[in-house]
Amino acid sequence: MSEEILSFEEAMEKYDPVLGFEVHVELNTKTKMFDDAPNEFGDTPNTNITPVSLGLPGVLPVVNGKAVESAIKLGLALGCDIAEVSHFARKNYFYPDTPKNFQTSQFDEPIAENGSIDIELEDGTVFTVDIERAHMEEDAGKLNHMGGSTGRIQGAEFSLVDYNRAGVPLIEIVTRPIVGAGERAPELARAYVAAIREIVKNLGISDAKMERGNVRCDANVSLMPKGTTEFGTRTETKNVNSLRSVERAVRYEIQRHAAVLDSGQKIVQETRMWHEDTRETTAGRPKSDADDYRYFPEPDLVPVVTDSEWIERLRAELPEPPAERRRRLKADWGYSDEEFRDVVNAGAMDAIEETVAAGASPAVARKWWMGEIARIAKVREVDLAETGATAQTVVELNQLIEQKKINDKIARQVLEFVIAGEGSPAEIVEKRNLAVVSDDGALTAAIDDALAAMPDVADKIRGGKVQAAGAIVGQVMKATRGQADAGRVRELILEKLGVEG
Amino acid sequence: MNELIKLSAAELVEKLKSSEISSVEITQAHLDRIEATDGQTLDSADRSAGKDGLNAFLHTSAQQALQVAEEVDRARAAGEELPELAGVPIAIKDLIVTKGQPTTAASRMLEGWMSPYDGTVTQKVRAARMPILGKTNLDEFAMGSSTEHSAFGVTRNPWALDRIPGGSGGGSAVAVSAFQAPLALGTDTGGSIRQPAAVTGSVGVKPTYGSISRYGVIAMASSLDQVGPCTRTVLDAALLHEVVGGYDPKDSTSLNEPVGPYAAQAREGATEGGLKGLRVGIIKELNGDGFQAGVNARFNESIDLLKSAGAEIVEVSLPSVKEALGAYYLIMSSEVSSNLAKYDGVRFGLRKLPEEGPVTIERVMSATRAAGFGDEAKRRIILGTYALSAGYYDAYYGSAQKVRTLIQRDYAAAFEKCDVLVSPTAPTTAYKLGEKTEGDPMAMYLGDIATVPTNLAGVPSISIPAGLADEDGLPVGIQFTAPAHEDARLYRVGAGLEALLNNKWGAPLWAQMPDTESLIRDFDFGGAK
Repeated sequence: MSEEILSFEEAMEKYDPVLGFEVHVELNTKTKMFDDAPNEFGDTPNTNITPVSLGLPGVLPVVNGKAVESAIKLGLALGCDIAEVSHFARKNYFYPDTPKNFQTSQFDEPIAENGSIDIELEDGTVFTVDIERAHMEEDAGKLNHMGGSTGRIQGAEFSLVDYNRAGVPLIEIVTRPIVGAGERAPELARAYVAAIREIVKNLGISDAKMERGNVRCDANVSLMPKGTTEFGTRTETKNVNSLRSVERAVRYEIQRHAAVLDSGQKIVQETRMWHEDTRETTAGRPKSDADDYRYFPEPDLVPVVTDSEWIERLRAELPEPPAERRRRLKADWGYSDEEFRDVVNAGAMDAIEETVAAGASPAVARKWWMGEIARIAKVREVDLAETGATAQTVVELNQLIEQKKINDKIARQVLEFVIAGEGSPAEIVEKRNLAVVSDDGALTAAIDDALAAMPDVADKIRGGKVQAAGAIVGQVMKATRGQADAGRVRELILEKLGVEG
Repeated sequence: MNELIKLSAAELVEKLKSSEISSVEITQAHLDRIEATDGQTLDSADRSAGKDGLNAFLHTSAQQALQVAEEVDRARAAGEELPELAGVPIAIKDLIVTKGQPTTAASRMLEGWMSPYDGTVTQKVRAARMPILGKTNLDEFAMGSSTEHSAFGVTRNPWALDRIPGGSGGGSAVAVSAFQAPLALGTDTGGSIRQPAAVTGSVGVKPTYGSISRYGVIAMASSLDQVGPCTRTVLDAALLHEVVGGYDPKDSTSLNEPVGPYAAQAREGATEGGLKGLRVGIIKELNGDGFQAGVNARFNESIDLLKSAGAEIVEVSLPSVKEALGAYYLIMSSEVSSNLAKYDGVRFGLRKLPEEGPVTIERVMSATRAAGFGDEAKRRIILGTYALSAGYYDAYYGSAQKVRTLIQRDYAAAFEKCDVLVSPTAPTTAYKLGEKTEGDPMAMYLGDIATVPTNLAGVPSISIPAGLADEDGLPVGIQFTAPAHEDARLYRVGAGLEALLNNKWGAPLWAQMPDTESLIRDFDFGGAK
């Protein structure tokens, strides 16, 4: 049963939204947070485990040094202060995906605190989001609820647990409340998560695939009546597993909150589950600030101690921040504001950068990635990179065109074959015999046939109507199944009829 | 009875090296002794309560032990270089995981569970080529001071079968004091090695926190647990500490520092003049009041001996020690409540379905924990859960941690004035089985008054036999404590006093112990339970 919602516009007239995000980033370290089990996605259930990941009697955790370095790098990229000493704590709760029945996490002394990042919206507006903290913790295993119709625990006959994910290193990034986004709140939500994903990918610390749960967002939303400053009761929406979902879920919660408040009722502080199919949230479990996890310092671990030498070494290793990189690439490529924004929004920046590096001009790279490849990606509903086209594909296609071995139209067909996995462009042209017919003899025969078939057109051309040559060119192209170089055909026609082009 | 079993590990090493005896002979002699005195059928896992014997072992592994012994004998015959204690058998507290043998923590929760991995100390014992005789009894998950809280029956004190053997490590203490094993490993969270040593007339050491790896030791209270040796002589404890001690990358709290030399210090302490100039601090708060008369008498006698050997006796105060017991029971139970959460029937061990009603995960966990844990375990889980709860954390866990800091400061201040601290190990000799299991659990907890402060401070302590109390003829223990990392000093001082006492008695204290086999023959097991 759907809940009442207000239109977004009406909600915005009456209320100001306050946002907050908890983004969990799974690190791509070789091993888990506290033991040497492999950190691999998608393997056979319960194979990437050790006695430690299973929490067997007697085991002890050991902190993964690489994960700490990743946390420090992320903290630095978010402009945070890195703690000289930080601690782990135990968060106690009984749930079968958590082998020890407590999660080892950082509680009151996280590794990174007090940062901020600038989030640029599509039209160039910049919001500054303050980061409260980024802390290290471990992921839980994965529960598969079997026998029910919904795949949820309700109605399931039994549940299977896969502990491959148990103990995978996580960094949780918590923002301070974000006030003042107004009607751009849903858009900001999406842009914020996109920015975090971009940062962790750029740092190389996470595979950053949302569909695999490498980046997971819990979105907190509350409303306050326009003109007031006291925050309303918030809800925390989980299960938002794509950038689109983040935007939609925030928008939906704003509308739902507004309807509840408008009817004079109170918002229940609770966890909401986002359902991408119905594009609604439903109530999860009630959550209060008094949830008692009985946190206490993890006695099996010693404090994580950093020193300035280590931090500075890691700072020196940081890659160029994404925003700076964008500025640099825009200048290097000479794109207009609009062209560049389109490239960024299409997620084509990496591909174009690689393509340019592989030898294509920025204009050619853009033409392909924003043109034919983007079209194919859209039809198939995949990312550009997932089409199977590569920088090398574009470079090779372009070379074939420049060498006049194929024309644009054929090149597009070749691209389809490349994507279908038939090989490299050159191989495909060779194998499928798609090379342009450049043998003047063969073309002359085709032109003779066409002229003979359309004597009136031939007369017009002879009479000086050069533009009429198009009809003859068309006929020749048809006869050669598009494999002729149209420019050369035109030249030959005019030559034959003794007309100056 | 084969007289071999009365030899210390150090003596056995000598005889092994000179090929006077074989490891198989030694191992077989101890297995025979276990068979004769423990009420245990070898290689069985019969853990029924009230066996007609000491019940120090929950499981024995004769075949495996003899196989290791044979291999050692063969290697020695072939002239291979062997580790110092190779061929000397050992018993292991059933809180330490061993691959190929059951590990139960004396709990129904783990009945039948086989660890797929070895603990670090187990690996070290195997690497030292010591035959493992079996796994010894304890209070469930090491929670108790009498071994009466084992799910698999009480262990009996070889000095008087109706008396407690101490706890939680009653099994290991009895195994060595009753000559079932020359050496045993124990764990000590609040006195679980030292108090059993005291009441069974044996030696027990709680090393500096971090001196021995805890990896593979089933956690009770992580910040307090420490593995240590249980033996009949100080030198043997030193030798065993050298085998199992040392840095372990699998234990983040393990100390990265060299091991020993402990045995060398023990040997030196036992020589004449070995204690000269030693400053011994008597702890004001752990002396006299509230201690049994016979305990005080033996303690004072030992102090006189130390004085006569040239030690300087000073009195020191540890004012916060009065609060130690309270702080200990809060910190320990808090950690217990979290450490024991994993026993829920989902991944290993006991799984119990609810007797009626729906089978949900919460109800299975609940039924499993209700059936799997004994009363003392439940009491501590509930206490710890309460102490960590929102709104109570600061008052209980928080305050307890502050007391812990004060106790650490007290020790640091005391060690400005002396080299070692001394007190009786326990306020009384072994009390009767059943005497303190009814009613107020505080009665049992009070017995830990002298042992828990050193766990809170992380400093090392040793308990050695100080004689028998006049009023009941039962063993009394004396405890020395050294600053952190100074375990070697304890072996020196312990061996020094041990030599003085043995000289005074004309033989080790165990020479006065009644014959175990006759005791068992004459004892009414039906009535004492």
